[in-house]
Amino acid sequence: MSININRYKCGYCGACVGVCPKGALELVETWIEVDESMCIQCGICDRICPVGAIEVMK
Amino acid sequence: MKDMYDVLVIGAGPGGSIAAKTAAEKGLDVLLIEKRQEIGDPVRCAEGVNKEYLKKHIEIDNSWICADLKGSRIFSPNGTKIEMAQEISGGEVGYVLERKIFDRALAEHAAKAGAEVRVKTRATGLIIEDDFVKGARLMHLGKEYEVRAKIVIGADGVESKVGRWAGIDTALKPVDIETCAQYLISGVDIDQEYCEFYIGSELAPGGYIWIFPKGEGKANVGVGLLGSKTGKFKPRPIDYLNRFMEKNFPNASIVEMVFGGVPVSGSIEKTSTNGLMLVGDAARQSDPITGGGILNAMDAGKLAGEAAYEAISAEDVSFGKLEEVYEKRWRETTGYAIDMSLIVKNCFINLGDEDLDALAYSLKEVKFERMRLFDLLQALFKANKKLLWDLRILFKDAAKEVVKNRT
Repeated sequence: MSININRYKCGYCGACVGVCPKGALELVETWIEVDESMCIQCGICDRICPVGAIEVMK
Repeated sequence: MKDMYDVLVIGAGPGGSIAAKTAAEKGLDVLLIEKRQEIGDPVRCAEGVNKEYLKKHIEIDNSWICADLKGSRIFSPNGTKIEMAQEISGGEVGYVLERKIFDRALAEHAAKAGAEVRVKTRATGLIIEDDFVKGARLMHLGKEYEVRAKIVIGADGVESKVGRWAGIDTALKPVDIETCAQYLISGVDIDQEYCEFYIGSELAPGGYIWIFPKGEGKANVGVGLLGSKTGKFKPRPIDYLNRFMEKNFPNASIVEMVFGGVPVSGSIEKTSTNGLMLVGDAARQSDPITGGGILNAMDAGKLAGEAAYEAISAEDVSFGKLEEVYEKRWRETTGYAIDMSLIVKNCFINLGDEDLDALAYSLKEVKFERMRLFDLLQALFKANKKLLWDLRILFKDAAKEVVKNRT
């Protein structure tokens, strides 16, 4: 796992989806789904998450 | 279940619902989908909106108005207050909405106009044939199916996946997004007639803190930070918000938590392609300074609904046609305004706290009758020539505009 989203912390606002340069994230109602094959571990989602629910391991 | 429409609108926020309503009123066969099971919920918005402007779109209904504002106050880092009062008759300030009710009302208006509404229905991809968007794959209760449409309108908010599926790059860079956290608080003594803004590097780097009254004893208190000023090992919006709450409202009850990302990129290169238009946050049409996006989305929704009718009537839904009937039209109005705001935003994010205090000090005595950017700049011009001179490169077009409008 290169990206870990803490769904207990996530406020499902979709900001991370908006900044993902590869379109690897998706907001489905109240959770975020990751397409790991598309994620490039750039960490932008981690950087802008308002609560810090995302951890990207480089 | 029907699987062919003239127009498929993805996302039932204000932009999508107005687009659906407009297209349906023109006699088009419209499907409006919303991925959430409840339209308008969860909220991810501070809910403030310009009064007069809103009235152009919709008849005001008190069921979704929480507060009717008389003006706004801005506090600089050292606490210098700038007050912008509204003219008694002007009404250029704002309402604070109850988005949960407002958004639902707009979707109901679309339904009333003849659009079909499907909730808990998410688009999972587009149908693209011969380089034209021809519909989308939808999912409802775990079941996937296809819906075809002559035109797809992507109103899918900050996520903006629809555009990307069609090859339009809508990804926001950190400098292009405000990352926000907000509490709806209750049991506090808050002036219900003014909204307040607090700026400064201590409170909200590259953004601001807002207090929007929401009716008796209640308010939306939130913070937005520029994405480029936050980071993995820096405090998050929620940390800044908690700090502000401890200092200012230690005894308030938090009755709702709201998170959100607001595009502040200014106009992007492309918001339509063959068979597809984007509106609202999905098209990055929110204002780069205020972060306000409701009215811009509604304007664009209306234009897109009309454009869909024109394009379908002309049997030409190509990018060339949509560029003429949608893209050009929104760029002349909203596009121009948000690009102006972007110039000013870029100027303000580079100002230090001392500069902001000096600015506030020079504006302190100025009476603003209307909360308009150009009025503000004009006042700056008069009040502090040196400061404006220092900022001359950054203001560029905006300054030119002020000079042109000077009386």
